[in-house]
Amino acid sequence: MTIDTLPAGTLARDLVGGELTDSNLRRYLEGIPGVDAVGLEQRAASLGTRSIKTSSKAWALDRIIQLIDLTTLEGADTPGKVRSLVAKAMVPDAADPTTPRVAAVCVYGDMVGDAVAALGASHGDPDQGGISVAAVATAFPSGRASLAVKLADTADAVSAGADEIDMVIDRGAFLSGRYGLVHDQIVAVKDACRRADGSFANLKVILETGELNTYDNVRRASWLSILAGGDFIKTSTGKVAPAATLPVTLSMLEVVRDWHRLTGVKIGVKPAGGIRSSKDAIKYLVTVAETVGEEWLTPHLFRFGASSLLNDVLLQRQKLTSGHYSGADYVTID
Amino acid sequence: MTHLAIPKTYKLYIGGAFPRSESGYTTEVRSASGAFIANAAKASRKDARDAVVAARAAVSKWSGATAYNRGQVLYRIAEVLEGRRAQFVDEIVQAENVSSQDAGAQVDEAIDRWVWYAGWCDKYAQVAGNANPVAGPYFNISVPEPTGVVAIVAPQDTSLLGFVSALAPALVSGNTVVILASERFPLSSISFAEVLATSDVPGGVVNILTGSVAQIAPWLASHADVNALDLVGAGSVDWVSLEIQAAETLKRVLPPEGGPDAAAPALARITAFTETKTVWHTKSLL
Repeated sequence: MTIDTLPAGTLARDLVGGELTDSNLRRYLEGIPGVDAVGLEQRAASLGTRSIKTSSKAWALDRIIQLIDLTTLEGADTPGKVRSLVAKAMVPDAADPTTPRVAAVCVYGDMVGDAVAALGASHGDPDQGGISVAAVATAFPSGRASLAVKLADTADAVSAGADEIDMVIDRGAFLSGRYGLVHDQIVAVKDACRRADGSFANLKVILETGELNTYDNVRRASWLSILAGGDFIKTSTGKVAPAATLPVTLSMLEVVRDWHRLTGVKIGVKPAGGIRSSKDAIKYLVTVAETVGEEWLTPHLFRFGASSLLNDVLLQRQKLTSGHYSGADYVTID
Repeated sequence: MTHLAIPKTYKLYIGGAFPRSESGYTTEVRSASGAFIANAAKASRKDARDAVVAARAAVSKWSGATAYNRGQVLYRIAEVLEGRRAQFVDEIVQAENVSSQDAGAQVDEAIDRWVWYAGWCDKYAQVAGNANPVAGPYFNISVPEPTGVVAIVAPQDTSLLGFVSALAPALVSGNTVVILASERFPLSSISFAEVLATSDVPGGVVNILTGSVAQIAPWLASHADVNALDLVGAGSVDWVSLEIQAAETLKRVLPPEGGPDAAAPALARITAFTETKTVWHTKSLL
């Protein structure tokens, strides 16, 4: 099965009105109406004012944990660091066994084997109580490598057992209008996500919105990634400021909503980087529920890329359970 | 042209900034004769939470400063306080309905105590620490270290003296502080915050809350990120239950004190908020 016979490919061709060539994509993407930036930011700000308290807050906190891709993406990562990350993913709060598990751990490609080994029997689909392994690939975070290197990077992570691949798009090519090149690279990486048994690792396409400069570009890049067959669109690598913001995530969710209306296909969204407090994360939950619907709040359709967020959620959770404020001494040091 | 008096808005002091209470509430502060003086912010439990976060963030910098440097910074506060003497005297006269002579004596005593404690910064470790005798080729040294975040209920009966007497000793060793000002006389504490803000003490080292002691103190007593609790001014509230709550997280607790000698200057008030670290070290490689 090649990418062209996937349903998404057919749907994309129908939508663009022809083969997904550079010129057809440019005509389509640049014909998308521009984003009302002021309206978008106001909408995002108003969604951030909802008051979520008591039982709703308890539900939201647990759901946030279930949606976290617990991440370590440092040059100084070691197998030991990955093992402690996995231990935290499996038992986020040792003092409270009712704490749910996170959706996935997200590591560099060469750490996938360590993560899989550390997870052992817990490695699996988050819907079935397992924890997935996500790997960043394609010369993350810059994406500045030849296609052959990117594909080898991807195939390497998949063969090591990664369930999800977080790829970066070529922002240089995108910003200079070479949409066809970006598209073809996503298609090729998707193809490289194929496992030996013919199934595919989930592909998350990182737009790196901090480098795209405008909401119009974010919207175009979201469309392009979905047309090319991405399963998830992700805001940022976390290595560029600004990383995920609420308006950017809202504009991506709007694209996902429109694609679902047109085709019935559900695409996931992953804001990553800069979400450190439960309060912020709850704003994202509200935005998702109000934009694409509450059914998107599952690990297959929405994720937080975060590391320090989990500790803050655990502190809030301890506050709700015990009735008094908790402190950093009562969660693990990352 | 007549001048229209501009009354001061008394706000909280958290993390080096002067925020209004998150709750939006204020309380009327009245003089002893019942005349309206000002509205003071009424801190909520979330203000207390924010204050603890600010205090925790300031611990490493303040406790990491050299003892000599901390002494200099505290002395500098006394200098700025001296320069604002007249303002504090006026405030105390208005709030406590005492003579300006008595008010002046209170301010002077507060400054004296502050300087006394400032001097202890680079000296208390020599007194409270020890080189322990051991039967072996080792040094065995005990040194007092700051305990972390200290929550204080300031003495209730004075505007400035009790507040300063409770605050200064906790700062000496490098702790950071969340202090609940006197409920009856809260205004001088916020003027004192202006002194702190214009001296060299880093933001977050001292956080000052005004409002109801009975409402806020339990949140500080049960807060897991607070390491010690000074209940010196908590005699009028249910301080036993505060102690019980503090015991849940093994806080160091000082009990309430009353009378004119409350929080009198003492080395014990400094060492109450330290923990002793004992280390072994070889004398030489044999």
